[in-house]
Amino acid sequence: MMRDFYGVALDSPLMLGTAQYPSPAILEAAIRGAGASVVTVSLRREGGQGQAFWEIIKGLGVPILPNTAGCYSAKAAITTAQMAREVFETNWIKLEVIGHADTLQPDPFGLLEATESLAADGFEVFPYTTEDQVLAARLLQAGAKVLMPWGAPIGSGLGLNNRYGLRTLRAAFPDIPMVIDAGLGLPSHAAEAMELGFDAVLLNTAVAQAGDPVAMARAFALAVQAGALARAADPMAPRDMAQPSTPVIGKAWL
Amino acid sequence: MDQCIISTGSGRMADVTIIGAGVAGLCAALTLARAGVTPHLIDRHGGPGLHGCSWWAGGMLAPFCEGATAEPAIIDHGQRAAGFWGSVTQVAHRGSLVVALQRDRAELDRFARRTTGHCRLSDLSPLEPELSAHRDALFFRDEAHLDPRRALADLVAALDAQGVSIDRTEGRPDMFTGPVIDARGMAAGLSGLRAVRGEMVVLRAPDIRLSRPVRLLHPRHPLYVVPRADGVFMLGATQLESADRGRISARAMLELLSAAYALDPRFAEAEILESGADLRPAYANNVPRVTIRGRVLHLNGLFRHGYLMAPALAAQATDFLTHGIKGDLVHED
Repeated sequence: MMRDFYGVALDSPLMLGTAQYPSPAILEAAIRGAGASVVTVSLRREGGQGQAFWEIIKGLGVPILPNTAGCYSAKAAITTAQMAREVFETNWIKLEVIGHADTLQPDPFGLLEATESLAADGFEVFPYTTEDQVLAARLLQAGAKVLMPWGAPIGSGLGLNNRYGLRTLRAAFPDIPMVIDAGLGLPSHAAEAMELGFDAVLLNTAVAQAGDPVAMARAFALAVQAGALARAADPMAPRDMAQPSTPVIGKAWL
Repeated sequence: MDQCIISTGSGRMADVTIIGAGVAGLCAALTLARAGVTPHLIDRHGGPGLHGCSWWAGGMLAPFCEGATAEPAIIDHGQRAAGFWGSVTQVAHRGSLVVALQRDRAELDRFARRTTGHCRLSDLSPLEPELSAHRDALFFRDEAHLDPRRALADLVAALDAQGVSIDRTEGRPDMFTGPVIDARGMAAGLSGLRAVRGEMVVLRAPDIRLSRPVRLLHPRHPLYVVPRADGVFMLGATQLESADRGRISARAMLELLSAAYALDPRFAEAEILESGADLRPAYANNVPRVTIRGRVLHLNGLFRHGYLMAPALAAQATDFLTHGIKGDLVHED
């Protein structure tokens, strides 16, 4: 069963970013070839003048999740979100409030403040957060109905850095749609996120900076499908005791 | 398309009108003139200058390095660019270097895997003694560089020697009869063309001696440094999906200068001579095109490959006009 995102059911649990591709033509081929269900796009650095690129993104015919990448304060993120709503005519906003320039980790206080303000203003907020349960609860109280916990720092490609934390977060809020956002480097990381019960993954660098972005996007699409199938199939629990697949009783095992 | 093919040597009358005297229009004019076609070259500013993005280029003729992200057409055609430029202006055939900071060694491995035409060096002292602190580098032996502003001036002089001058007039293709080459860049307003903003800084650092372009790979702030004459260096260049023609942003300058400082701390003492920002016209695949629309040929979409690809674009436009040959960069609309 796939949880929906502010009433929108997605065809695929793969969401892709649109930055850093070798060209818009390769970006388009990657997104179409992988059947990505959502694309994110950043406004901040383009300063409101990237219309031609935005038209390419709109032309993909995939729901757009604008983001506030590069914002270091709640105020900057709120301004960017308002601009994004005008440009892309959507209430969806992937809210990034960055707290630290080197790790690009979220600023939990600014994130909470911006979530509260934007939710009150009618936005449908997708907060980019850590695996912190207390913060997750506060974000939900503030009006977010979706969470985007990180796998690892943005662009690091480390995969799921804190499996325990992510597993407990998933278990703590079983009804909340959650997207693993950032830090994924390999399709196996994405499959693992789905196996842990997350509803979707969002990534950019792992695909855009691959030697063959189109092939890598397809690999991620297959991986999330595999992970989702595995989750639905109720995987076995790991055990310490070995158990032979076939009984040994009655066999001449001496 | 036969109406587009012209006969050459028709005397005083111009055979082809070329609009735009940036790198694309000037290369087309010279290539046509050398093929015996008389171009009538017009430009609203009367010549190349700071109003056109060719002015702000780095001048690297680096097809193999570009191949890390560019389509194969750029690598193929780009390898012949230095030959054309050598017939026009001074070209430094000194190769180019790619380095990374110790922390980012993986970037160098990745760049090596995705490019050809390089060898790996663990000692830079024979090539660039002042960069010998960088213990690991890629050397692209067959690459070259030039000074773009000098190249533009030399193109104008070469045309002048052929009896072709630049007519200071504003024009659109529909204002002329006969074949027209539209090389106006962003000003042509073509569909499918987008603007990619680039920002650059020019420094004077007389203490620093580099004789070839150096690229610094960095996960967030990649940089290239192109040496010019008299201790002058061009630092480039940002690449933003934006049509904003405003001046360089503080962020861009911080990033470029920080990366230069990381490459060689003596850049901290450099004198900042100028900064620039302009828009590169690009198609979706970032490969330039000769687009044929009736009797008009649009030469556009040179992206960050103006000096690398303008000779090939000019050659294909000329081949089409004189012999009806449609090269791989020629598209019919």
